[in-house]
Amino acid sequence: MEPFERYRPIIDDFEAFLGACERPLGNAVRVNTIKASPERATAALEEDDVAYEQAEWNPRVLRLETDSPGSTWTSFHGFTHGQEEVSAVPPVVLDPQPGERVWDCCAAPGGKATQLAALMDDRGTVVANDNNLGRISALRFNAERLGATSLAVTNDDARNYSMKRFPFDEFDRTLVDAPCSCEGTIRKNPDALDNWSEGHIDTIAGIQKGILRRAIQTTREGGTVVYSTCTFAPEENEAVVQHAIDEEDCRVVDFDLELEHAPGLTEWRDETFDHTLEQAARIYPHHNDTGGFFVAKLEVTA
Amino acid sequence: MSDTADDLRKNDGQQFGRLPETDADRTVEGRVSRAAVVDYFEDRFAIPPETFDDYTFWEKGAGKIWLYSGEADSPLEIEAIGMTCLRTRQEHWKPTTDFVQRFGAHASECVIDLDREAARRFAAGEDQELEWDGDWGYLIAAHTVAGEREPLGIGLYVHGELRSMVPKGRQREL
Repeated sequence: MEPFERYRPIIDDFEAFLGACERPLGNAVRVNTIKASPERATAALEEDDVAYEQAEWNPRVLRLETDSPGSTWTSFHGFTHGQEEVSAVPPVVLDPQPGERVWDCCAAPGGKATQLAALMDDRGTVVANDNNLGRISALRFNAERLGATSLAVTNDDARNYSMKRFPFDEFDRTLVDAPCSCEGTIRKNPDALDNWSEGHIDTIAGIQKGILRRAIQTTREGGTVVYSTCTFAPEENEAVVQHAIDEEDCRVVDFDLELEHAPGLTEWRDETFDHTLEQAARIYPHHNDTGGFFVAKLEVTA
Repeated sequence: MSDTADDLRKNDGQQFGRLPETDADRTVEGRVSRAAVVDYFEDRFAIPPETFDDYTFWEKGAGKIWLYSGEADSPLEIEAIGMTCLRTRQEHWKPTTDFVQRFGAHASECVIDLDREAARRFAAGEDQELEWDGDWGYLIAAHTVAGEREPLGIGLYVHGELRSMVPKGRQREL
């Protein structure tokens, strides 16, 4: 937990934060509405005597009281998909509509891409890209198990992504759930901090900036880009969004989120960020007993 | 119109090609038509053809048919579109388990209803002896979940035995 000491000045109730990071995380699943309504999925769980708690902020997110959430009938039928509670936030903030063209530029293993398809009633086009071929097979497996027919899967570097293969020139919405230092997954992966260094963070931040810029360029004027990470490092969060608003035609916009969270930062060490970054959300593990996450919503302005 | 092998391109296994509407529109050797695929699902499982009105069908790899609801140009070189739904390479066409789970609820023929214990064995990939009065061949196995019929996957019924065709990676001990 040593690397987290640098967040002491920015996190309220830092001791509660550290305490939460040391507790393992429970099992959460998302109801896959392509295959079952929340009512049907929960009825199936009840039939199998699997206890669950429905998240207040999202009735499609269930906390399961079982050690093997993958060995339930709901999982076999693709009614549910194991997905950390906070990881269900970015697609909800992106708010894709049926029939739209949506890009998930770092999509593997596909939890969020299939959630986007479900939010669109599996109508429209969800381009699920990942640069890692090994992880594409997991993405494809999950897409088929969950019955998502609107997904097109590509294997490319998002930073110089070509639109040539599609019969359209731009996306309506894009999700950048960026590769990151994963500090916020510490409750699931106790070794998440093993290779932690500020140099590593700076390297990843460079990649994140390239991906977010390309996402904004490929999204239509008036369209939406959501940037998210599962890390706390401001270098990978506010600083990346600041870079995007400096270099591309976009602005940070507000969104509703019924989970407890802290506002984005406007300063970190000797750096200052635009005041609009306060509209981003920092979700800490002690807020809602979840993993950690950062989410910012951008509107493309040209 | 001529439909000899000389006029037809070989199937390119590296790219997705959209199925022709009918056999007469065929430009790739051995490629089945959309009409043939929709007819098969209707003839075998009584799935209404209009179920697929908003979907397109594609081939990538000889006889491997994919179903997709998004936008795309043909041909297309990407990793995947939608889901694999059918294999037409063999004499007997074989739907995939993932397709059956997604669209099997529209079927009313060649559906075999299993009790919970038989469903458990089917999901685990086991073969089992079962009574069945209908056609032999590929059947949709289903059971009741929360009061409604729910398809489990594809099975092969021959000689009094239902063989689970659930792929290894989808099998579960429940």
